[in-house]
Amino acid sequence: MLRFVARRVALTIPVLLGVATLVFLLIHLIPGDPAQAMLGEAAPQADVDALRAQLKLDRPLLEQYVNFLGALLRGDLGTSLRTRTSVTAQIAERIPATFELAFAAMFVAMMVAVPLGIAAAAWRGSFVDHAAMAVAMGGMAIPNFWLGPLLAIVFAVELGWLPVSGRGGIDHLVLPAVSLGLALAAMLARMTRASLLEELREPYVRAARARGISRARAVIAHAFRNSLIPVVTILGLQFGAVLTGTVITETIFSWPGIGRLLIQSIGFRDYPLVQGCILLIAVTYVAVNLLTDLAYGWLDPRIRYQ
Amino acid sequence: MARSADSLPVTRAGAAIVVVTVLAAVIGPAIVGVDPAFQDLPLRLEGPSPAHWLGLDELGRDIFARLLVGARISLLVGAVVVGTSATIGTLLGSIAGYYGGIVDDVVSRVSDILMAFPGLLLAIAVVAVLGPSLTNVVLALTLIGWVSYARLIRGQVLRVRELEYVQAARALGAATPRILARHIVPATLPALIVQATLGMGGAILAEASLSFLGLGVQPPTPSWGTMLNYGRSHLLDAPHLTIFPGLAIAVLVLGFNFLGDGLRDALDPTMSQGRRG
Repeated sequence: MLRFVARRVALTIPVLLGVATLVFLLIHLIPGDPAQAMLGEAAPQADVDALRAQLKLDRPLLEQYVNFLGALLRGDLGTSLRTRTSVTAQIAERIPATFELAFAAMFVAMMVAVPLGIAAAAWRGSFVDHAAMAVAMGGMAIPNFWLGPLLAIVFAVELGWLPVSGRGGIDHLVLPAVSLGLALAAMLARMTRASLLEELREPYVRAARARGISRARAVIAHAFRNSLIPVVTILGLQFGAVLTGTVITETIFSWPGIGRLLIQSIGFRDYPLVQGCILLIAVTYVAVNLLTDLAYGWLDPRIRYQ
Repeated sequence: MARSADSLPVTRAGAAIVVVTVLAAVIGPAIVGVDPAFQDLPLRLEGPSPAHWLGLDELGRDIFARLLVGARISLLVGAVVVGTSATIGTLLGSIAGYYGGIVDDVVSRVSDILMAFPGLLLAIAVVAVLGPSLTNVVLALTLIGWVSYARLIRGQVLRVRELEYVQAARALGAATPRILARHIVPATLPALIVQATLGMGGAILAEASLSFLGLGVQPPTPSWGTMLNYGRSHLLDAPHLTIFPGLAIAVLVLGFNFLGDGLRDALDPTMSQGRRG
């Protein structure tokens, strides 16, 4: 297992370096003079020169790159152009809100997907199966930037049951988590169904049925637990999609997380902050994928020897 | 055993949605005859009526007429992004899969790095620095889009290149470009068609997401995502501004997903495991 972990971690390092390189290059993709673009066309030349010097954009590219990587290793993501405060501090302040939303969305997804997937597999080919899969297909097509406002119209405006925006108690979390989690729920429901159907064909389930165990018990007590392995893997791998989804959901529900910070910083052309947000989301994604991989290897020893 | 695509009702429903949307985008604006840019300010935010089927927006423009023109943008972005991504991906994927070695290493590492960014994030980043516009949206989506095609085709080529008919062509002295173009790439077409159909839905959704965030198509060009973005500020007094563009996106994406799923079952039964029991 230790060799497996070491190999997977070693494979992640070049990917992380590539991610950092791409994020570093972003600022150099800006058409024209990046310092001028950040301050706007009307900015005085002296201010532009000062910013260029502050961001060390006047140094050779390689030197900038080495400095960028060095600062990253120290956890220094630079200074925000707008607030003049540390990018790392601003991001750290927003992390809990984003993670709260992401985990709540994944919880919603599991709570919806598992019963739906089990029902579809248990009554395969029936009306329940077709209805569950039609709901799942619809859930995958509905954009969360449409679902969010629709849920807000119904549950916040018309019924007045839930707050329409902001972060606070658990009631504030419901609408953003549901609107973010439903697309994932749709995908997981299909996965649960497929995985459960595969397990139901296994000899141990047939043997259980032959011993006189009811179909419902065979599904729940025997097949379901094994069918969860691929479902949990997909859940881990989809964490990235959830993180990207937070950018939209946080914007809709004025949720004070990293996604909203990213969109706000794009609006203010605060590129150091844009870089910081993108880097954090990408690195988190890589880390969660690595953890999912390791967990899969731990759960299923065959993976370790491939 | 492969089933024919048109034997499945959902596939037919998907195809119907796509065909109707394409027709609506191409000839719809001419038939309806309403200028999508005409502003009837006194009637702004008016709900659906016989004169304006889907109501009017925040500037008194006809929402139905704007949806029809918006369909052109969605389909155009989808087609260009999928077409370009599939071409680049097929080219790089087939070369990487066939030759292996350093070319394969470079393509694989670059795609690993691009895949390390979750979905839309890299597109948001690229548009953030290049500036919001239709061209930059297409550029950003293509930049992340080619990877999945390259991976798919590379895998397919690795499988096909060992088949006997390819080895026979090689033994007969056929040149590598000819083997790739005549024998290998055509064998990967079914998988490519399925991926491209599903990719259309993905690209349309991605463009709408970027436009919704204000990073895509800029006003006054009507894009479904931009319409939704502006409708958000009238959620309380005019929900129809939000409901109809969102419905259009969901239905069209659903259409491509249905069609892609059906084609997957029909053309590539090995990929449909796990989709159907």
